[in-house]
Amino acid sequence: MKKTLFDKVWDSHVVQQVSGGPDILFIDRHMVHEVTSPVAFLGLKNRNISVLYPERTFATADHNTPTINQHLPVEDPLSAKQLKVLEENATKHGISYWGLGHEKNGIVHVVGPEYGITQPGATIVCGDSHTSTHGAFGAIAFGIGTSEVEMVLSTQCIMQPKPKSMRININGKLGKGVMSKDVALYIISRLSTSGATGYFVEYAGDVFTDMSMEGRMTVCNLSIEMGARGGMIAPDEKTFDYIKGREFTPSGANWDKAMTYWETLHTDAGASFDKEYHFDAAEIEPMITYGTNPGMGMGITNGIPTADAVEGGEATYKKSLAYMGYNEGDNMLGKPIDFVFLGSCTNGRIEDFRAFAEIIKGRKKADNVTAWLVPGSHKVLNAIKEEGILDQLHQAGFELREPGCSACLAMNDDKVPTGKYAVSTSNRNFEGRQGPGSRTLLASPIVAAAAAVTGKVTDPRTLF
Amino acid sequence: MAYDKFTVLRSTAVPLPIENVDTDQIIPARFLKATERKGFGDNLFRDWRYNQDNSPKEDFVLNNPTYIGKILVGGKNFGSGSSREHAAWSVYDYGFRCVVSSFFADIFKNNCLNIGVLPVQVSAAFLADIFAAIEADPSTELVIDLPEQSITISTTGASEQFDINSYKKGNMTNGFDDIDYLLNIKDNIRDFADNTPL
Ligand code: SF4
Repeated sequence: MKKTLFDKVWDSHVVQQVSGGPDILFIDRHMVHEVTSPVAFLGLKNRNISVLYPERTFATADHNTPTINQHLPVEDPLSAKQLKVLEENATKHGISYWGLGHEKNGIVHVVGPEYGITQPGATIVCGDSHTSTHGAFGAIAFGIGTSEVEMVLSTQCIMQPKPKSMRININGKLGKGVMSKDVALYIISRLSTSGATGYFVEYAGDVFTDMSMEGRMTVCNLSIEMGARGGMIAPDEKTFDYIKGREFTPSGANWDKAMTYWETLHTDAGASFDKEYHFDAAEIEPMITYGTNPGMGMGITNGIPTADAVEGGEATYKKSLAYMGYNEGDNMLGKPIDFVFLGSCTNGRIEDFRAFAEIIKGRKKADNVTAWLVPGSHKVLNAIKEEGILDQLHQAGFELREPGCSACLAMNDDKVPTGKYAVSTSNRNFEGRQGPGSRTLLASPIVAAAAAVTGKVTDPRTLF
Repeated sequence: MAYDKFTVLRSTAVPLPIENVDTDQIIPARFLKATERKGFGDNLFRDWRYNQDNSPKEDFVLNNPTYIGKILVGGKNFGSGSSREHAAWSVYDYGFRCVVSSFFADIFKNNCLNIGVLPVQVSAAFLADIFAAIEADPSTELVIDLPEQSITISTTGASEQFDINSYKKGNMTNGFDDIDYLLNIKDNIRDFADNTPL
C-alpha cells in the first residue's frame, strides 16, 4: 500500500489498537518543563510508580524563567518553587535536567534539535503545543496535556486516535524579504485557526525543500495555530547534515542502522491525503497580524479586511478589532508600536538573529520602542556573540537578554503593558497573551527589525 | 487520576456565544504557576471576568447570577491554543462537568476527556438553538445523556446525537483513565521498546 510519511512514522509506533478507541502510540522522546509537569509527577507519586524510561525524557527550565540576572535566585516565589520542583523530580527519577544557568539550557523546542534529541522518524511529545516544531526533521511531534505527560512518564505511551492527513504544497520561489514565518502566517490566514483541526500536516514543495532547517522549524512550529496536531517535512540531506555529530544523535553502526529507517521516510508517489492544498510562493508577502488570533494575518501592504470579507461571526470579529484598537479597512503600515520581541521557539534561533541584524545594522533603535531580544538557548546566545551580531546590536542601541520563553507567554516579568502594541516574532496574538491588555502583532524577524528601527509598522523591503 | 463517573447530566447552562475562545482566555499564563491541581476555578476566564483591580466585570456572563449551571456552552472552535491542561482543570474546578460547542480544538478536547469533563460537539444549527433557548428562558435545562449519546433542550424538546469513541465513553461512564489501561500492558510496551530503532 502507498503510504504517506505520516503513516509510516505513526504506524511503526503503534503498540496496540484499542477496539473502538485510540491507538496506543510508543513515544521515543519526551521533553518536559517546569509548568506542565509538576502535577504529572505528583500523579506518579500518588500511584506509587516511577518513570519507565528516564533516558527517553529530557527536562529544561524555560517557561517562567527570568531573562536577566539568571545567576541570581529567581525572585518570584511561585516560579522559584516550580523550578525547584522540576529539579527535584528530575533528580529523583534520573532524568537529564538542564536548569537555569546550565550551558545546555534554553527553550525546550530549541534545545531538542540542538543536541540531537530530535530525530527523523521519531515520536516526540511535550506538554507544550509548539512541540510541532520538531516535525521539521520528519518526526511526529505534538503537544500534550498534563495527564498525558503523566502517561508518558509512567508508560512511555499515549493513547490517541490517528489524525487525518493533510498536505500543503507550495511551489515557486519566495520573494525578497519573505521569510519562513511569512509562509506560515500566510497558510494560517488562508486556512483559519481551526482549518486543520483533526489533521496532521505534511508540508511539501520547493519552498520547503529550499528552506533551511531553522526555517522548517518555524513553519512546523506554527502548525498548531491552524488547529493541526502537528506538521512535518520529509527528511533530506539537509536534515541529516544538521543532526550528524550532535550529542544525542546515533553514531557509528547505530547511525547506519538509523539511516536505513530514515531513508524510507518520504510519502510514496500516489499516496493519498484526506485533504490537500496548493499555494503559489509568489503570492506570499511579508505578513503581519492585525487581530487576536494567528489566522487574522495579511500581507503587510494590505488593508485590514472588513467584517463582510471574513468568515465567521461578525460580533467576534468586531470584538477582536476593538481590542486591538483598529478599524476595518485601516492600513497597518505606519501604525505606531511600543515594543518589539525577537525570540520564542518560533523565531529565537541563530538565523532569526542574523536576519534581524541585517536590517538594524548601521541604523538606530527608535526611541519610542522597548526591544526584548531573547535568544532561544545558550547555544544561540553564544553564536550571537561569536558571529559579531552582539556588537551590531549594541551599536544600534539594542541589548540582548538571557534565554527563555520570555514575552512569548509572559509568565515572567517580560510583560507588555495594557494597551501597548508589540511587534512579536512569537506565535500567539491572543488577548493578553503578552501581558494583561497587551496588543500583539505577529511578524517575521525582519518585520520586527524594521519596526524596531522606525518605531512603527514598516515594510522591511524598503530598508534593504 | 481517576475521576467522577459521568452518565446523565441535567443542568441549566452558561452561554458564552464567542468564537475561538482560546486557552489563554480560559486561564491566562500568569496563573499557571501552581505545582498542585488546586484553585484553578477562581481564575477561569480571569481577564474577561475581572478588571485589573480585581472587581468583577458586570457584563461578563459568569458574573451574571441569571446564568448558572454545570454546563458551559461556547462558540465555534472552543479551546484553541495552548496544551495547558490547566484550562480544562479550571473549567472543572469552577464546577462545569460538560462543555458544549459546535467545534473543539483537539488538545483541549483530549484534556477534557482525560480529566472527566465531557466535550459535546453539536451541529452549528443546534448550537444556535441552544443559545436561543437559553436567551428566551435562562432556566432552560440541557440533558446530556452519555450512554445514549444525546443532548436535549428541556424547554423545546429538541434533541441531537453526539459522537464519542466507545473507549473514551467507557472511561467516562466508569471513571477510569488511560494510565490504568496502559499500566496493565506494560510488558507489551517493554517488548515493543526493545525493538524500536531510535
Ligand atoms: S517560546 Fe512560547 S510557545 Fe515556545 S515553548 Fe516557550 S511558551 Fe511555548
